[in-house]
Amino acid sequence: MAADDPASAAKSAGEVLAEGLAGVVRRHFGAASGVANVTRMTAGATQEIWRFELVQDGHHTPLILRRAPGGERISVTAVGLETEAELLRAAAAVQAPVPAVRHVLTPEDGLGHGFIMQFVEGETLGGRIVRDPRFADVRPRLARQCGEILARIHAIPPTAAPNLKHATPAELLAQWRASYEATAWPRPVFDLTFAWLAARVPPPAAPRLVHGDFRNGNLIFRPDEGVVAVLDWELTHIGDPMEDLGWICANPWRFGMLDKPVGGFGEREDLYAGYEAASGTPVDRAHVRFWEVLGALKWGVMCAGMTATFRAGDPSVERSVIARRASETEVDLMRILAP
Amino acid sequence: MQDEPRPPEILAAVAAFLKGAATRESGPHIAFQLRVCANATEICQRQLETAPAAEAAELDRLRDLLGRDGDLFSLNQELAARIREGAMDLAWPGLAEHLWATTLAKLAVDQPNYSGYRAALAERGPPKEP
Repeated sequence: MAADDPASAAKSAGEVLAEGLAGVVRRHFGAASGVANVTRMTAGATQEIWRFELVQDGHHTPLILRRAPGGERISVTAVGLETEAELLRAAAAVQAPVPAVRHVLTPEDGLGHGFIMQFVEGETLGGRIVRDPRFADVRPRLARQCGEILARIHAIPPTAAPNLKHATPAELLAQWRASYEATAWPRPVFDLTFAWLAARVPPPAAPRLVHGDFRNGNLIFRPDEGVVAVLDWELTHIGDPMEDLGWICANPWRFGMLDKPVGGFGEREDLYAGYEAASGTPVDRAHVRFWEVLGALKWGVMCAGMTATFRAGDPSVERSVIARRASETEVDLMRILAP
Repeated sequence: MQDEPRPPEILAAVAAFLKGAATRESGPHIAFQLRVCANATEICQRQLETAPAAEAAELDRLRDLLGRDGDLFSLNQELAARIREGAMDLAWPGLAEHLWATTLAKLAVDQPNYSGYRAALAERGPPKEP
């Protein structure tokens, strides 16, 4: 690490990045441009997110840089940052609320893979959306708004970005079963859930673009307008659009407000009504339920897989505690399957 | 015979220190990690306190359900396999009760404040003493 290397120890990662960004904005935003207040927002395992200000003629414009960790480390599950930027542009073209992409990093920028986008002011913390009195007035409108936005996202042509993964519901179910079996730790509640799901697999739908992680926590909200941006397009794929409607209803994203199935803030029928009005496509409630249960199970399988990560790659206390959250999913699933 | 205080008592003291004095004198990033450490310590504390009785009761139920003897891990593997193969489902006498008791015992250790666990307790009543 940096401590062993005197040359890099002299400069923090932030200073190195700020120098790189200064070059990028001079090349792409005008020779008189500069950057200020470069701040790391998250230390995500799959992405780095930096906030900074573009300085032009004394004006400061807040922007966001999303970058692969260290610029180069590529996640096997994510679509890739260049693809993510293409998806954001395609979403903007169908009037889905997304941050505007300002620049996609090029090899000559020397910062690895990533892109620069507009900073959208608002709240992303799910717990505040479901509890903070500032959102009390707008909260009853959010579920319908989510349905309308999902209808627009599902109207993005599946060809909008290259190389998006495509899987049928049965294939996805088999992939998650394999992930569960790889944990080599018996969880009879998960086996019961896989059997429940296997008996309810929806027929393959006409392939649509699916956001893949549309949930409370990945949306930016404002007290006046509701949802103002959809973030985190790294799990976007081609598949059954009902998957997105089920995922936002899955228990892990209700932030404790169990009686509000849509993201902890709204009602299922409002979500469906918004979707049906905006898309003209009827929602099959049973198919959404399949995806909601698979969504909860996926979260549990991911948590269960953290034990292997804890032992082999990241022996942090936080990782061990996330592994112990798999049982939360078991109680959620029992409440659905054996109420 | 190991001496007192017992491990759960010592862990409770560690968690109280992490949440109290240590957190007050730390910056926000470390304070967050200390909360995670306190949470991890309390999981271990609760497991030491409740798992022996809960796992003994689970083993008894598994023997009854499966009609054979074995250790906790292998009997859970067998139950998982029977459910996977369709040989057992929720119509099987005692299966739902067993899975509920086992799940609630896990949550009592892992996340006793989890919303789904609190809701299940409210819906089903507190778990019976093993």
